[in-house]
Amino acid sequence: MTDMMSETGLLKETPQTTEAVGGMGYSVKRKEDPRFIRGQGEYIDDLVLPGMLWLDIVRSPYAHATIKGIDASEALKIPGVLAVITGADLEKAGLHWMPTLAGDKQMVLPTDTVMYQAQEVAAVVATSRYIAADGVAAVLVDYEPLPVIVDPFKSLEPDAFVLRPDRGPDKANNHIWHWESGDRAGTDTAMEAAEVRVSEDIYIPRIHVASIETCGCIADWNATRGQMTLHMTSQAPHAIRTVLALVSGLPEQNIRVKTHDIGGGFGGKVPVYPGYVLAVVASLTVGKPVKWIEDRSENLQADSFARDYHIHAELGATKAGKITALKVKTVADHGYTDAAADPSKFPAGLFNVITGSYDFDNAFVEVDGVYTNKPPGGVAYRCSFRVTEAVHAIERMVDILAHDIGKDPARLRMENFIQPDQFPYKTPTGWSYDSGDYPRALQKALDMIGYDDLRKEQLEKRAKGELMGIGISSFTEIVGAGPSHDFDILGIKMFDSCEIRVHPTGKVLARIGVQTQGQGHETTFAQIIAEELGFPVADIKIEYGDTDTAPYGLGTYASRSTPVAGAATAIAARKIRDKSRKIAAHLLEASEDDLEWTNGKFSVKGSPDKSKTIQEIAFAAYTNHPAGMEAGLEAVDYYDPPNLTCPFGSYICVVDIDRGTGQVTVRRFVAVDDCGNIINPMIVDGQIHGGLTMGFAPSLYEEISYDELGNNLAGTFMDYLLPTAVETPAWETGKTVTPSPHHPIGAKGVGESATVGAPPAINNAVVDALWHLGVRNIDIPLTPQKIWAILNEKGVTA
Amino acid sequence: MIPAQFDYVRPAAMHEALQILVDREGDAKILAGGYSLLPLLKLRLASPALLVDIRDIDGLDEIVETTDGLRIGSRSTHRSILENPVVVAGYPLLSDAAGGIGDPQVRNWGTIGGSCAHADPSSDWPAVLIATSASIVLRSTAGERTVPARSFFLDTFQTAIEPTELLTEVIIPRAPRPSGAAYAKLERRAGDFSTVGVAAQLSLGADGRIAAAGIGLTAVAEAPFAATAAEASLIGSEPNEAAFQAAGIAAAAESRPGSDSHGPAEYKRAMVKEMVVRALRSAAGRAQAQR
Ligand SMILES: Cc1cc2nc3c(=O)[nH]c(=O)nc-3n(C[C@H](O)[C@H](O)[C@H](O)COP(=O)(O)OP(=O)(O)OC[C@H]3O[C@@H](n4cnc5c(N)ncnc54)[C@H](O)[C@@H]3O)c2cc1C
Repeated sequence: MTDMMSETGLLKETPQTTEAVGGMGYSVKRKEDPRFIRGQGEYIDDLVLPGMLWLDIVRSPYAHATIKGIDASEALKIPGVLAVITGADLEKAGLHWMPTLAGDKQMVLPTDTVMYQAQEVAAVVATSRYIAADGVAAVLVDYEPLPVIVDPFKSLEPDAFVLRPDRGPDKANNHIWHWESGDRAGTDTAMEAAEVRVSEDIYIPRIHVASIETCGCIADWNATRGQMTLHMTSQAPHAIRTVLALVSGLPEQNIRVKTHDIGGGFGGKVPVYPGYVLAVVASLTVGKPVKWIEDRSENLQADSFARDYHIHAELGATKAGKITALKVKTVADHGYTDAAADPSKFPAGLFNVITGSYDFDNAFVEVDGVYTNKPPGGVAYRCSFRVTEAVHAIERMVDILAHDIGKDPARLRMENFIQPDQFPYKTPTGWSYDSGDYPRALQKALDMIGYDDLRKEQLEKRAKGELMGIGISSFTEIVGAGPSHDFDILGIKMFDSCEIRVHPTGKVLARIGVQTQGQGHETTFAQIIAEELGFPVADIKIEYGDTDTAPYGLGTYASRSTPVAGAATAIAARKIRDKSRKIAAHLLEASEDDLEWTNGKFSVKGSPDKSKTIQEIAFAAYTNHPAGMEAGLEAVDYYDPPNLTCPFGSYICVVDIDRGTGQVTVRRFVAVDDCGNIINPMIVDGQIHGGLTMGFAPSLYEEISYDELGNNLAGTFMDYLLPTAVETPAWETGKTVTPSPHHPIGAKGVGESATVGAPPAINNAVVDALWHLGVRNIDIPLTPQKIWAILNEKGVTA
Repeated sequence: MIPAQFDYVRPAAMHEALQILVDREGDAKILAGGYSLLPLLKLRLASPALLVDIRDIDGLDEIVETTDGLRIGSRSTHRSILENPVVVAGYPLLSDAAGGIGDPQVRNWGTIGGSCAHADPSSDWPAVLIATSASIVLRSTAGERTVPARSFFLDTFQTAIEPTELLTEVIIPRAPRPSGAAYAKLERRAGDFSTVGVAAQLSLGADGRIAAAGIGLTAVAEAPFAATAAEASLIGSEPNEAAFQAAGIAAAAESRPGSDSHGPAEYKRAMVKEMVVRALRSAAGRAQAQR
C-alpha cells in the first residue's frame, strides 16, 4: 500500500505539524541567514585557490565591426601576463562558436566580426586581477566599423543586410523563427463580429536583471586526475555540466560543477557565457585554476537581457464589455543570437498564456524572432518564458477596453473572469489552468485598498486639476516547467529531483536538483520534509549545487523549484514514510494496515500508546530492520509534473502625478497573491516584496536602450536606474489560498508572480490618471520626462 | 573597474603637500574623499602617476562662523556639514544641499573641496556657493589667493585651480537679515546627481521687497552658473508667485542644458523654471520667518 499521492492538493490553510517540527505554514527563520547576516556567505569571488590565475576580457567598443587584426605583443610584454587568447586560437580547437540553449549558436570569441558593443574579443590570462586588466588595456584591436541595426523592424526589411551569414545562403535574412498559437481563422471571424474592438501597440523594453553579484567562475583543471572542477554562479549546474561535456568532449563523470552562494540569479545565471568557456580553455591550457569575474559594466552591457517585445494587440468585445477575441502580433528582438533558455518547443516561451484570467473562446498569437546588433535578449528575468510580456499585454488591453466603453476596470474584470467552477480550465491557446478563484482575490484587493473611496477621491482631485490614478492587474502565472511530454531543454526533460537520507540518529540529509539564489531552499525544502515525516526542521540539512552529490535537475528559474523539486521532495519523503510503515509494523508487531500516521509517529489504531516515532524507526532501519528488507532509510524521486501550476493574484496601485515635473509617485500598492498552499509565509512574503520591487523598477526606472550606433546607454548604475528603498512603495500584501489539485502538497510557484503582476498595475494607474486628457497608452518606463512631455502636449503642466 | 598603477603619498603637513604638487606637476593628483577621483581611475578615464592623500593635514576640516561668514574647510565631508550645529541652526540652504548629495556612504567620504575642485557640471555644492556669492580659498607654495565662486567654475571639470594649488576652504558670507535660502533638487532617485539643481537666496529690504537675490543652477549647462537675469528680475519685487514665475522663466532662458538620460533639453529647461519657482518659494518663506 502506498500513500505517496494520497494528500495531493488538500487545502492546508493552517499548520498541520507542531511549531517545534516547523512543517508547512510556519514562518521558520531562514537557515541560510546566519551566514549571510554575518558576512560569511561564500560567493564565487571569495574563493581563492592555490596557484590561481586571473582572466580578463577585451571587449568591443563597436556594435558591429570587422576585426582586421589583434596585436597582443604589448600586452604580452607586461610582466605577469601569461597569455592572450583570440578567436583564431579557439578556432583551431573548434571552440570559437558554442551552442545556445535555444539551439542557435553564439560566438565564444569572434574570428572576424563583432556583433554587439561589449562583445568579448580576446582574453588575457595573468597572475593577478590587476595585471590582467593592464593586459586588456594593452591589447590593440584594429576594427573597421560596419553599419548597425538596432531596430528589429528595420532588421526585417527586405534590403536589410544579413547579420548572421553563418546561417547559410537559404537563411539570408534576419528572421530567426515564426511561432504561432491558437486559431487564426476563428479569431479573425470573432474579431470581425465584435461590437467593440480596441487595439494598441505596446513596447516592453529591454531590461537587465542586475543581480548584486555579477557572473563569474573558477575553472580548475587537474591534468593528473583528468578532472575539471568548475566553480561558478549557475542557476542550473547540472545543465552546465552536460553542456560542458558535450562541447569539450571531457567525460561527464570527470566534470564537477559546483555553485557556492549566489547573489541573485533572476535568469541571468542560466546561460553559458563566453567568459566561462574562456576560463575553461585557459585552465585546460595552463593546468592551473583560472578565475573570471565580470565587473558591473561588463555585466550590464554583455550579459543576458530580458524583454524587448514589440506587441501589437487587438481585443474584441461586446458593447457590454464581454471579451470575445484576442489577436496578438509580436516582434521579439533577440539581439545577434537567440540564447533564450526556453524549452525547445517554445521559442516564445509560454507567451500564449496571454488570454490571462479571462474566459473567452477565440485567441490567436504570433511571434517573430529577429536578430539585431545587440547582445542576446529575451533570456533572463522570467523572460525566456515570456509570461511577464503576456500578462502586461492582456492587463493593459483589458484596462483600455474598460476605459473605452466607460466601465469600471474592476467590474469589467469581474465580469470576464474564469469562474472557480470552471477549473481545470482549458484556454483557447491550449493551456490547462489547474485551479483558481479570481473573483475572490480581486474582491479582497478591492476591500483592502478601499477601492470605492479611492474612485471618489479621484473624481474630487480631477475636479481640482490634480492627477491621481488607480490601476489593477489580475494576473495568471504559469510556472513549474514542466511535464516531460512538452518540456525539455536541448532534449533534457524538465523533471526535477530530491534524494533523502535519514541517518540512524534520526537526522536528515536531503539533496535537491534545484539551486537557491535567495529563495530560501535550505529552509523551505526542510519544511516539506518536516511536514511529511515529522522530523523537526532543525534536524534536516538541505544540500544542492554540487553536481558530484546532488541528483540531476534542471535548476532554479521560471518559479519551478517548489512545483517540481518541491514535489519530488514530498514524494521522496512519502517513499520513506512507506518504508517506515513497514519497519513500524515490524517493531510494533502489527499489520501495516492497522497503523496510522500522526504527528511524526505510527501508532496502532485504537491503542495510541503503542507507537513508534519516526526517529525510533530511523534507528531501527539500521539496527533492527525486518528480515528480507534492505537496511537504511533513503529515497530518491525524479518528479515529472503532470501539469504546470497557475499561481495568480490581483494587484491594485494608486499613483499621484506631479504636474510640475511629471514625476509619478506610487502612493499605495496592494498585492493579493494566491500561490496555493504556503510552505513558509514569511519567505513567500519576502519573495513577493522582492518581486514587487522588481516589477516597480522597470515600470518607472529601468531601461536598457541603444543609440543608432548600438551604444548601450545604460551601461553603469549611473544610468541603469535601480530604485532604492526611498522610492520603493510600502507594499501591502494579502493572500488567498487555492491549492494546486495535482501537486503533492498543493503548492504552486511564487518567485515571479509579483514581477509579472506589478508592472501592468502601475502602468494602468498612470494611464488612468491621464485618460481624461486623451491618453490611451504610455510604454514603460514611465519616466518623468515622458509624462511631462504628455502633460505639456495636453497643456496641463503646472 | 580596475585602475592602472599609481603611487600614493600621504604628506603630514600642508607645505609638504604643496611642494609635492610643484615637484610632480602634471602627474600628481590630490586625493580627498576619493568619491569622484576613484571612479575615474577605475574607469581608466584618469591615470595620474601619484595620489597625494591630504587626510593627515591639520586644519582642513574645520567649520567655523566668523564675522565675515561661515568658513568651511575643504576636507569637510558632506555629512559633517549636514550635521554641524552652526549649519543646522542658521544655514538651511547648506542642509538642504548636503542632505541630498548621494547616499550616506557618499556623504561620509565626499568632501566640499573635492566636489568644487572636481567641478562635475551636475554637482550640488557649486550652485550653493554661487547663489551665496561665496569665495574659494586656494593655496600654493607661492601663497594664498581667493577666487569668487562666481568666477571659479569655468567649464565641465574645469576650474580656476592651478595644478600646484590646493583648495583650503570656502567662505560663505553672512546674509543680511531678513534673508532666506533653499536648495531645490530634481532627481530621479534619492542620491542621484541632479536633473536640475537650484540654489536660491533672497534678502528682503525694510519694505518687504526683494533687496538681493542669488540663484545658482547646476546640471543645466557645461558648468554650474549664476542665473543673473533671473536674479536681476527679482530685485525690487514683492516676493510673490508672479515674481518667482518671471524669475523661473528668465532662468530657463539662461540655461543651456544638453539632452541625456535625464531627459531632453526642452524638459530640463522647463524643469529649471519649475525648480527655480520651488526654491524661491521656500527661500521666501524662510526669509519671511526672519522678519
Ligand atoms: C554614488 C555617488 C553619488 C554621488 N552623488 C552626488 C550628488 O548627488 N551630488 C553631488 O554634488 N555629488 C555627488 N557625488 C560626488 C561626491 O559628492 C564626491 O565626493 C565629490 O564630488 C568629490 O569629493 P571627494 O572628496 O570625494 O573628492 P576626490 O574624489 O578625492 O577628488 C575629486 C577631485 O578633486 C581634487 N581635489 C580634491 N580635494 C582637493 C583640494 N582640497 N584641492 C584641490 N583639489 C582637490 C582631486 O584631485 C580630484 O581631481 C556622488 C558620488 C558618488 C560616487
